[in-house]
Amino acid sequence: MKKHNLFLPVIAALMLMVSCGGPQGGAETFKKPGGALSSNAAERVYVAPGEYDEFYAFLSGGFSGQLAVYGLPSGRLLKVIPVFSVDAEKAYGFNEETKPMLETSFGFVPWDDSHHPELSQTDGTTDGRWIFINGNNTPRIARISLETFETVEIIEIPNSGGNHSSPFTTENTEYVVAGTRFAVPNPQRDMPINEYKGNFKGALTYISVDPEDGDMEIAFQILMPGFDYDLSHSGKGKSHGWTFFTTYNTEEAHTLMEIGASQRDKDFIAAVNWKKAEEYLAAGNFKEVPANYVNNELDEDSHTATSTKHTTVKVLIPEDCPGLVYFLPTPKSPHGVDVDPTGEYIVGNGKLSADMSVHSFTKMLNAIENELYDGEAYGIPILKYDEVLAGIVTEPGLGPLHTEFDAFGNAYTTFFISSEVVKWKVGTWEILDRVPTYYSVGHLMIPGGDSKHPDGKYLVAMNKITKDRYLPTGPEMNHSAQLYDITGDKMELLLDFPTIGEPHYAQAIPADRVMQHSKKFYKLDENTHPYKALNENETRMERDGNDVHIYMTTIRSHFAPDNLQGVKVGDVVYFHVTNLEQDWDVPHGLAVMGARNSELLIMPGQTETMKWIPQREGVYPFYCTDFCSALHQEMQGYIRVAPKGSNPELKWSLNE
Amino acid sequence: MKKSFIAAIVLSFGLVACGGGGEASTETTTKEKPKSMLKKTIDPMQDKGVGPITSVTIDAEINQEMASAGKEVYEKMCTACHKPTEKFIGPAPKGVLDRRTPEWVMNMILNPEQMVKENDAAKKLLMEYNGSPMANQNLTEEEARQVLEYFRTL
Repeated sequence: MKKHNLFLPVIAALMLMVSCGGPQGGAETFKKPGGALSSNAAERVYVAPGEYDEFYAFLSGGFSGQLAVYGLPSGRLLKVIPVFSVDAEKAYGFNEETKPMLETSFGFVPWDDSHHPELSQTDGTTDGRWIFINGNNTPRIARISLETFETVEIIEIPNSGGNHSSPFTTENTEYVVAGTRFAVPNPQRDMPINEYKGNFKGALTYISVDPEDGDMEIAFQILMPGFDYDLSHSGKGKSHGWTFFTTYNTEEAHTLMEIGASQRDKDFIAAVNWKKAEEYLAAGNFKEVPANYVNNELDEDSHTATSTKHTTVKVLIPEDCPGLVYFLPTPKSPHGVDVDPTGEYIVGNGKLSADMSVHSFTKMLNAIENELYDGEAYGIPILKYDEVLAGIVTEPGLGPLHTEFDAFGNAYTTFFISSEVVKWKVGTWEILDRVPTYYSVGHLMIPGGDSKHPDGKYLVAMNKITKDRYLPTGPEMNHSAQLYDITGDKMELLLDFPTIGEPHYAQAIPADRVMQHSKKFYKLDENTHPYKALNENETRMERDGNDVHIYMTTIRSHFAPDNLQGVKVGDVVYFHVTNLEQDWDVPHGLAVMGARNSELLIMPGQTETMKWIPQREGVYPFYCTDFCSALHQEMQGYIRVAPKGSNPELKWSLNE
Repeated sequence: MKKSFIAAIVLSFGLVACGGGGEASTETTTKEKPKSMLKKTIDPMQDKGVGPITSVTIDAEINQEMASAGKEVYEKMCTACHKPTEKFIGPAPKGVLDRRTPEWVMNMILNPEQMVKENDAAKKLLMEYNGSPMANQNLTEEEARQVLEYFRTL
């Protein structure tokens, strides 16, 4: 019997893992002696019902164009914020108010590829005010309010193609930057592609951020040689005032890039002295050149976006601005460039290199001062590699992509080809630990891990390939993320969860820096929407030629008015719906039969507008889409449509 | 024998651990009636409800300034469901102070979620009005007091 007593818990534990953990989780824990149960991994990520997570994590949606908000350590999905792509669920890009958010110089663009979320910072610390994210394809940067978790501004980046090294911030959010991945003819023109070399240029754009309201403006662009500008990070502490951009394709190839852009042993990290740029601007040493871009802003009180066109941009030419840009030779096709929390070390993640080169900011300044140059490229001095190098992390893994930091002088680098995260010591370059990822990791994220003050504790690895990690869902699998505990000497895998689109990069912040400012509802008193109806007495229908405006309200659980007449085929009908609720989490929806856009989802106190073009005479129902009360199913109405060419009288009513 | 015994224990352990919160034992039944049936009917004119308001002083004369401010708030925030003198989505406030204490009225405005859960009179109203919830319009105490004064003019 005694023998069995010992045996029982073991079997029970195994049984548990199989029945709860699923085959992969189970298989993983079986592989390692000790396993997830003995290490309490489940307990450490368990957030009890009704409890809150410790961190907000913002994972980019990649080719979904959006931004996903997760809680850590639970990995629970809290929200998907629409940014660059239309979202029928929230009527983003479908209602009249948000359509201007997706305007560009090319017109309405309903999709983009969102890569890098970046939290605003004050004194190098994430401050929970805004999060920025880049649109890669039609170059743009978006600003999202962390009060409303809504996209409140999008600015287009001119003279750019593939806005990839973006939107990394300076330590007080003076600027977010946008380096072009694809060089393009400058000025843009019809020309032979094979005349790329010397004619194509890469623009590095500095977007200023208003410290009060976050308003973004293009402050200046630096017109660089036609390399590919891959990623960037601004300096901090002692290196505040500088930004570092990685380059590849310094070969300036224009075809079969996977060979053509991988010829040189070293490419460059471009070090930009943006304080110097400000001096040149102030001195008038810039060119104002034609540019075509828009800036879209959402007004919080009218809940309405406007799109403004701009036609010029200030450009600095490095050749004419000595001291503005230097090149740091870095092996080989470096991808990420990451600055440690002290601001001293600049890590070049040379993705095709066997080793990783780390540069010293102090040595860089010395090399500049003593003109320790190794020639120049397009008028930009190339600093001597040995004179800027701080150290080399020797053979850390295959295909280094990105590095983040903890608060204890450790760095963590992802290796795409060898599918692992490697922990190493900043300063001694010694490798301390390595853990596998599943599979082919791209970015990694530590809360505050690219700031002056990392909040540490966890590391999230974001993987490009999922394969067998979850139940199969056909040929396409969601990408995967893994959560590691980094509080000990050894990194420890705690959790594995699927993500939306492709989470290139992420940021995370302690919850209390955000949640205390989170908005609960919009005050009716502050509603300045031109078509608002602040109570049922203000509801009405108005005709303006072929346009019919319906001023409508919602409250649990009816529309006012709910019987609408006087519309005819050939009209354009606008449902302007004000939600009269003044309480947290009581949105109402509106769906109208045959509407060729989406529903509306109207937050308390907000006004939203649906454009509806009646096509056939008849009587059509509309209803509330968001279950609002026990009488939600009764929240419905009718709109009557008269034949084309008729002249029906406008009539609206409730309870008549 | 031993084998099946082990399997049974393992199985039940697994079930409890995965199912979570499952009641392991049934309670013994008692002959006592449920608490709610034992409750005495509360005199509505003594019932102050539940919420932030425990005491309201009402002057003999209506404060017209306060009442007109209350009318404004009422028209903005309440009329979608409450018509002053006729039953609509919710009851009409006309004469409400003949039926309810001023504290109850203000608590119903300021704290409706708890009221419809915990106050018998409010619970009854919720059922009478087909489960239509009393919306919390987030009035300030001052605004709720003004609305109360307006009700006195109806």
